[in-house]
Amino acid sequence: MTEFLTAASSGLGLGSIYALLALGFVIIYKSMRVISFAQPAFMMSGAILVSYLVPTVGFVLAVIIGTLGIALLALVVERIAIRPMVGKAVFVIAIITIGVDVVVRVVAGAFVGVDGRVMGDPWGLDATRIGDVTIAHRHLAAFVTAAVIVAALFAFFRFTSLGLAMRAAALDQEAAMAQGINVGTVFAASWALAGGLAAVAGVFAATGGTLDQNLWVIALAALPVIILGGLDSLGGAVVAGLLIGVSQEVVATYHRDLFPGLDSNIGYITPYVLMLLVLLVRPYGLFGTKEIERV
Amino acid sequence: MSSRLGRPELYTSYRQDMALFNTRAKQIGVLAILLLAILLPLQLEDDLLRIGFTGLVFAIGAIGLNIVTGYAGQVSLGHAFFVGVGAYTAAVMSGDPDGRSLGYGMDFAPLWMLGAGLAAALCGAIIAPIAARLRGLYLAIVTLGLVFIGEYFFAEWTSLSGGDQVGRDAAQPVLFGMELTRDGAYTEEQKLYWLALGTLVVMAVLARNLVRSRVGRAFAAVRDRDVAAGVMGVDLTRTKLVAFTVSSFYAGVAGSLLFALNGHFSPDKFGLLLSIQFIAMVLIGGAATISGAIMGAMLIASLPRIASELPALVPFLSSSATEHPNIFEFEQVMYGVLIIAFLLFEPRGLFGIWMRIRTYWKSFPFSY
Repeated sequence: MTEFLTAASSGLGLGSIYALLALGFVIIYKSMRVISFAQPAFMMSGAILVSYLVPTVGFVLAVIIGTLGIALLALVVERIAIRPMVGKAVFVIAIITIGVDVVVRVVAGAFVGVDGRVMGDPWGLDATRIGDVTIAHRHLAAFVTAAVIVAALFAFFRFTSLGLAMRAAALDQEAAMAQGINVGTVFAASWALAGGLAAVAGVFAATGGTLDQNLWVIALAALPVIILGGLDSLGGAVVAGLLIGVSQEVVATYHRDLFPGLDSNIGYITPYVLMLLVLLVRPYGLFGTKEIERV
Repeated sequence: MSSRLGRPELYTSYRQDMALFNTRAKQIGVLAILLLAILLPLQLEDDLLRIGFTGLVFAIGAIGLNIVTGYAGQVSLGHAFFVGVGAYTAAVMSGDPDGRSLGYGMDFAPLWMLGAGLAAALCGAIIAPIAARLRGLYLAIVTLGLVFIGEYFFAEWTSLSGGDQVGRDAAQPVLFGMELTRDGAYTEEQKLYWLALGTLVVMAVLARNLVRSRVGRAFAAVRDRDVAAGVMGVDLTRTKLVAFTVSSFYAGVAGSLLFALNGHFSPDKFGLLLSIQFIAMVLIGGAATISGAIMGAMLIASLPRIASELPALVPFLSSSATEHPNIFEFEQVMYGVLIIAFLLFEPRGLFGIWMRIRTYWKSFPFSY
């Protein structure tokens, strides 16, 4: 039981990272009907930028500046590479974001160096023991931060006029435009938000280890999360993120007992297997809107 | 006859309109390119032939991806998985029975190429019913998951793959008792180039025939508007199943040949990067064209060479992997930049550029 609870607590930490990334994917999807494959690159460059800032300005300020910086980067990318393609097939835009991802990731990766970097977060590998359960502080911090950000995000969509505009554009773009909503602003805001969320997720993904060129692979595991939750469900992204995070860590913990024949840890591919299993039953994820075909 | 020479686009019968190469100019052009491609190895150095070989093999896979993504409109990021299945099937079929990895010693090249294609097609047919239920970007992500799951199990199944980072020997290309990997009257590179060229020609003609048939029109109908296609009597599930299966067959054949020249490969070769490379080939070459896929494959295959030549021209690029910016980073950035640039400025790819040139000369001197 303690083993399970320890796994679950680190799973919640990992799941919070997934949830932050998944929210970015979903926000862009809701505004443009496109999956941005550039999120992994934003996540990695966010982590790298913060790791450079920490020694000079301290951790908290570094995260804030880094987040804003990546939000700005996402804004620029949207303006240069994505905006000219609005109205084209979604597949084409999705492929462009793959191109963006490759470019940004390689350029950012050049700043990692051969040995990798250290995030310089205040938690390091500290842990608290409650009874026999070990909870690492970095998982706790990731969970709390994600909870605060999610609450702020939902408040933003609920109470601000830009949030309302984004919800309206997500519901029906043409009707929103007819009501005087600037869809361009909505696109820009959604990309900036997604970039910022990815940067925060990158920071927490890089704590507790060295930051190397493979960090972005974690962001790809957020793709099964959005499929599981449903592409257009913000709440689904959070729930599915935590669900997949926990199941990945639990499977990783019990790997030896459950899969004696497999040497390397199957936790790594758990999100993808889980996604396939759910899609067999529900092709639109757990909370996604079912597309209705009318003839 | 003379009037025909002046008007290369002239159709004189319905039969000609329906033909594989419908004009005289096309027939002559294709024949000339083919002849050039056959004679090329006699002139080129072996290191350039390696690029040519890779390009030809990539082209087979790119045609496959083009069938499912370009023609049938089903976005697949999982092509690397099927290429991997093909590569391992071929390696197992032709492998040394007494070797460290699994092998059955059936080293006759067409046999293991066919086996690799069929094994990959089987995998495609198994995946297809799931894929047929999904649309658009859901499908893209599921096929992406396939790459990760595949990469994991390739690495885990050590008797098959030799294990992560270690790898195993690739398929042995033997044709009628002649080992193509041994230098003889012709070098290894020349012989493998001709093998790949022959395979590509067969596969390309088959693909061209498929896409202009009933099945191909069903693909296009599903791509353009699947609901409308369904209303008109196209069986959507069956069409998607055929597209996936055929595409996987091409991927398998490409995979079987891909490492024949290196002689060795490891599970990490079938990752996301390979899938992105195939997507890049299709888009840079031109979606829904066979010749475009070949052009795109040739360009992508020559990118590493182009990148390695660059430090001589661009002084700040380094050829060492520990310095930045280096050629390896440049090569990867180029995939991204090429994809973005082509989609922004020339959505029809290299084939589109060729079409523009052709249209210009067709209406010359009235080219406005």
